[in-house]
Parts: sequence; C-alpha cells; structure tokens
Amino acid sequence: MQILNTNNSYGLFAVLLHWLMAVVILALFGLGVWMVELDYYDSWYHKAPDLHKSIGILLFFVLLLRMAWRWWSITPAHLSNHKWWEIIIAAIVHIALYLLMFAVIFSGYFIPVANGVGVAVFDLFTIPAWVLPIEKQEDVAGIVHFYLAWGLLILAAMHAAAAFKHHVLDKDDTMRRMTFGSVQDIDVVDKGDK
Amino acid sequence: MRLIQAMKLKIKAVSIAATLVLLACTIPSNLVAEEQYVIDTKGMHAFIQFKVSHLGFSWELGRFNKFTGNFSYDEKNQANNSVSVEIDVASLDTNHAERDKHLRGDGYFDVAKFPNATFVTTSYTDKGNGVGILKGKLTLRGITKNITIDVKQLGVGKDHWGGFRRGFEGSTILHLSDYNMEKGKILLPASENIEMFFSFEGIRQ
Repeated sequence: MQILNTNNSYGLFAVLLHWLMAVVILALFGLGVWMVELDYYDSWYHKAPDLHKSIGILLFFVLLLRMAWRWWSITPAHLSNHKWWEIIIAAIVHIALYLLMFAVIFSGYFIPVANGVGVAVFDLFTIPAWVLPIEKQEDVAGIVHFYLAWGLLILAAMHAAAAFKHHVLDKDDTMRRMTFGSVQDIDVVDKGDK
Repeated sequence: MRLIQAMKLKIKAVSIAATLVLLACTIPSNLVAEEQYVIDTKGMHAFIQFKVSHLGFSWELGRFNKFTGNFSYDEKNQANNSVSVEIDVASLDTNHAERDKHLRGDGYFDVAKFPNATFVTTSYTDKGNGVGILKGKLTLRGITKNITIDVKQLGVGKDHWGGFRRGFEGSTILHLSDYNMEKGKILLPASENIEMFFSFEGIRQ
C-alpha cells in the first residue's frame, strides 16, 4: 500500500489519519457522555475530564494536519458508478464533518477556559485561555458542545452507513480504498493525471 | 515674639473654623426620620460571599456578582429598619468555570428554573452600638426560609463625591439541606453549614 494518495485511492497516511480520528472521536464521545454523569466521589471524577480535554486538544492538532494533507495532496477521483446526487451529498457531508470537528473541539475548549485559566494537556503544556465577550461562557459553550457532538456522531453514522451502502449494495471500491488493503483496477472517473 | 503669637492665633482660628465646617458636614441634611438607601452595586461597594467546607479538607469560597437592593434606616425607631435584596443566582462565582457551571445546573441552584433569590425583612432589633438582629425571609431555589442575620453598622457620613453613605456588614449561616439540592445531598454532612457574609454600602436617596 502506497503512502501518498493517488488518483485511484487514498494512501496509507490519509487512511491512518482517517481511522485514528474515527476511533478517537468515538472514544471522546463515549468518555464525554460517561464522565458528566460520574458521582463526585468517583475516582474518575477529575481524571476523566482531564483526559477528555487533553485528548481533545491533541485531536485538534491532528485535525490541522489532516486539513493540510487534504489541501496539499491529491484527492482520489470519484468512482465512475457514483451518481451525481451521491457526489453532491458526499461533498456536503464531508465539509460538514470537517466543520463540526472544528466546532466541537472549539466549543469544548471554551468551557474550562471561561474564567481565564488555560487547558493543561497531559501536564505537557497548557493552551492559553480565550475568554469570549459573552456572559456565562462555560454554560453557553457546554450546551453548544453537547449538541454539536451529537450532530457529529449522527453525521458520522450517516457517513459510515453510506460507505457500507457502497460496499454491500453497490459492491464498489468506495469503502475499500479507505481501508488498509491494496486496491487495484479501480474504475475512476478521470484517469488522466494518474 | 509678637509675630509668633499672631501666627498661633491665626492657626487656632483656622482650626476652629475647620472643625465647625467638619461638624456641619456630619449633620444629615435630610432630617426626615426614615432614610432610604440604595445598595451601591453600581460602584460595587457591596458583596455577598459564601464559605462552605470542601469535604472537610478546606474552605470553598465564592460570591454572587450580581444583585440589587435597598434599605431604609430610621435612627429614632430602629424597629422600622428594613432591607430587601434580589440576587441573580446565575452570577455565582467560585473562580472555576466548570464548578460554576455545575452549581448553576439543576443538581444545585437550577438557575434556569429559579433565576433569582430574594431576601425581605420581617423584623429588625437594635442591640445598641450599631449592632442589630435582622430577621427576614430568604427565597432560594423557590424555597422560602426564615433566616436571622447579625448586622453591624460600620460607617456613616458624607462621602467625598457629594453623597451620603451608610455601610453594614452581616453574617448568617444557611443550611444546605434546606434547599432541596439533589447533588448537594452527597456533600452532607460536611457542607451542611454555609457561612454567608455580606457587606453593603448604601447611598442615601
């Protein structure tokens, strides 16, 4: 499997980033839903939010790397069997997923920093606080973070369902080229700049 | 010698005049028995602070940043004195955003449902020397309790900016179990007593 993207398929680097983020986002979602219900005397009461915040901030840097990769490298072409409406919906969902990832991370960040204290990342470094000119920033950010995180989860589920649809119903290579196997003889729309 | 004597006389005259002016200043210009004051929350010479045990380890301190209030003061008939205060509960501040968020939530103050807390006076008993016992009804989280506040007058007189001020401090103890806070229950018994401290400066109207 090649490391860089080609016109036919995603390379190892993009595939790794995709699945790393998928796993981390699901884990952060689960951790987040679980940690807010913890009893005050639970031994995870402080540890779980610290972990959630640290991983969330690191995810932001991975997201930046992913954006850079998306910008600088080739994006594989659409398969020839993709219908026009599938292409449009996929593009909208992809853009929405990227925007939501940023929005969820930012809204989460805005909760603990509301009174001017930065976010510590695994005791390694601290992200400075950004206090917004809104009242009760922690409350507003908390509500936004909650709904956007659910939005991201639902959209990611739609994204996964669409991938399975291509794999199972259409029996094409859409999902296969985002996995770790080698993909050959893919029938893409334009092989011109291969 | 003459010169020195003359100067001494002059200094005496000036100091007498100054004393008279100062005395005149301390006589209230308003001679109506009951004086009305607005608590100076605009210039923020007023504080409502709480102090509660953190699991018995140390103290948790916080305050309410937004509130309004007024009081009336009757020098001749102190039993007429009364105070009323309205607190914006969501303005609570413990210097930790996530804790403030929890405290505003439905497990504690539930500010969405009960945005305000109020205090209205039922009686005031003067104990002399500016000390008094203020009794009233505190409504917090929709629950009204009779509370007793120990009050002490700290200072009174004209301020430097053309106004007339009267300042008090007060303290009382509230009980966590009185206010039906679901998450508050797990903090019992260590946090049952919540010490309240008030410092109010009123500007006479």
